[in-house]
Amino acid sequence: MKLLLVGEVRDGRITTETAELFGFAARLKAEVSMALVGNVGEFPAFSGRLYRANGGNEYDATFHKRLVLDAVERERPDAVVFLHSSLGWDIAPRVAFAMQAAQVSGVVGLDDGGYVVESCNGKMRRTVRPLTSRAVLTIQPGAFAPVATEGTPELIAIEAEPDSAIEFLGCIQPERGIDLTRAGVIVSAGRGLGSADRVELVRALADALGGEVGASRPVVDAGWLERARQVGSSGQSVSPSLYVACGISGAIQHLAGMKGSGFVLAVNTDRDAPITSVADVLAVADLAEFLPALTAAIRTRR
Amino acid sequence: MNILVCIKQVPDMEGKFVPNEAGSWFDEAGLAWKMNEYDAFAVEEAVRLKEQLGGGARVTALSIGPARAVETIRKALAMGCDDGVHIDDPDAPQRDPWQIASMIAGFAAGRGFDLIFTGMQSEDRGSAQVGVLVAEQLGLSSVTGITAFEWLDGSMTVESELEGGRKYRLRLKPPVLLTCQPGLNTPRYPTLPNIMKSKRAALAVLSQESVSLDSPKVLSANFRPHEPNAAGVILEGDVDTLASQVLDLLEAKGFISTQGGVR
Repeated sequence: MKLLLVGEVRDGRITTETAELFGFAARLKAEVSMALVGNVGEFPAFSGRLYRANGGNEYDATFHKRLVLDAVERERPDAVVFLHSSLGWDIAPRVAFAMQAAQVSGVVGLDDGGYVVESCNGKMRRTVRPLTSRAVLTIQPGAFAPVATEGTPELIAIEAEPDSAIEFLGCIQPERGIDLTRAGVIVSAGRGLGSADRVELVRALADALGGEVGASRPVVDAGWLERARQVGSSGQSVSPSLYVACGISGAIQHLAGMKGSGFVLAVNTDRDAPITSVADVLAVADLAEFLPALTAAIRTRR
Repeated sequence: MNILVCIKQVPDMEGKFVPNEAGSWFDEAGLAWKMNEYDAFAVEEAVRLKEQLGGGARVTALSIGPARAVETIRKALAMGCDDGVHIDDPDAPQRDPWQIASMIAGFAAGRGFDLIFTGMQSEDRGSAQVGVLVAEQLGLSSVTGITAFEWLDGSMTVESELEGGRKYRLRLKPPVLLTCQPGLNTPRYPTLPNIMKSKRAALAVLSQESVSLDSPKVLSANFRPHEPNAAGVILEGDVDTLASQVLDLLEAKGFISTQGGVR
């Protein structure tokens, strides 16, 4: 099997997740080549062809698509593999459409010649098989362990016309101020809390445990907590020794941001919630009752 | 300004999912239905733009699905969309993103939509393909995962979300397709009079046969629950006992110290 991996460059560097593409290829024992778009000084170590183009604008989806298609044309891979990232979900369907190829999104595993993907917000899984001879895949960050590769790639320049339909105005950096990445204990609020005033219960538990308050995306989107507290792929990636998920169902984007946690306590009424795939303990309980009870118990025992 | 919003009816994700007989997808029995969350942001943004533009704009809400999808179209009307279109297709839940995109593009082609809003993905399939495939088939520019939209003097400025809270800021002109991400806006609750009005509104119903439909590109099988952490412990019971059990565990792991600090 021949795979064309689409690596990612951000801030002049190859992203760490790019190594997961090699991890995926290793699982399939595939022959690999890579397409890499962006201004970068160093390249991944591997034996194979590296199709290279310096980026035009930081964002130009059509340009990026055309470059990948140029590499596809020269390499003729069985599958083109993206990360299921903002870049992957933006570009992969464009490439799939141009190739008239099947796309399988968010691959988390392999199953008897098919690809395992998540469904129903991560609660369920299914196996998807392409019906076309060539396929486009996006693999879920965190699902395939990166592997160390070696060798010196053969560099091949790829070219395409930039696209002028969309004007790139710039990149906005996130507001920072709360650094959760070094916190030893994080107690995170999820939508399951039900209302903004119950965030106080999360704060009280975090205080009792000497930890920081985190949040899932819906809680931040609803304005219950500031965006700087968001844990997940569109927020911060954290690795506390204790992570308490309060009413967080565990969408894959959230799990991606907290999978480095040492011990995970989940509090949820839904025993099938995907958070149970990473939880060391699931307490099946109503948060409004359980959180004050646990907070009080900690304070009493001290 | 002619605006199309594509919406999908999905189950409430809190529900219990059981595989259907073929194992290809879920059995619908016992599930409650609602508008795909991502699509609610799309509807809200379309309606806000219409309100900003005044009389010159019209919003069409399109959904492909079995008869039950009508409820979700009426919800979109109650939120402020002008016209509802239902492509009546009992097999829609089984169709892959390529097929759904072919049907939407087939409907939209030649109808002169200046702007098409979709959700970034559906909560159930989560493929994040349909919007972009529609745009590619129609030859439109598209931007995925927008978290901000501003219309000014014939062009729009949008923000598209990246990892780690970063965003691209982009400017573009219609015709264009945008896929919407949570955080874009706060979808409104329809008012009671608008709900009543939407119940009486006439919907355009198209049969599946009357729109184009490509062959599937993928097959789904072995629909199953995710694997829980095999080493994980599930605790339940009355709240005080539960709190004390959890505390014992946290203490055993060294997370609670009697000195009042945390390791």
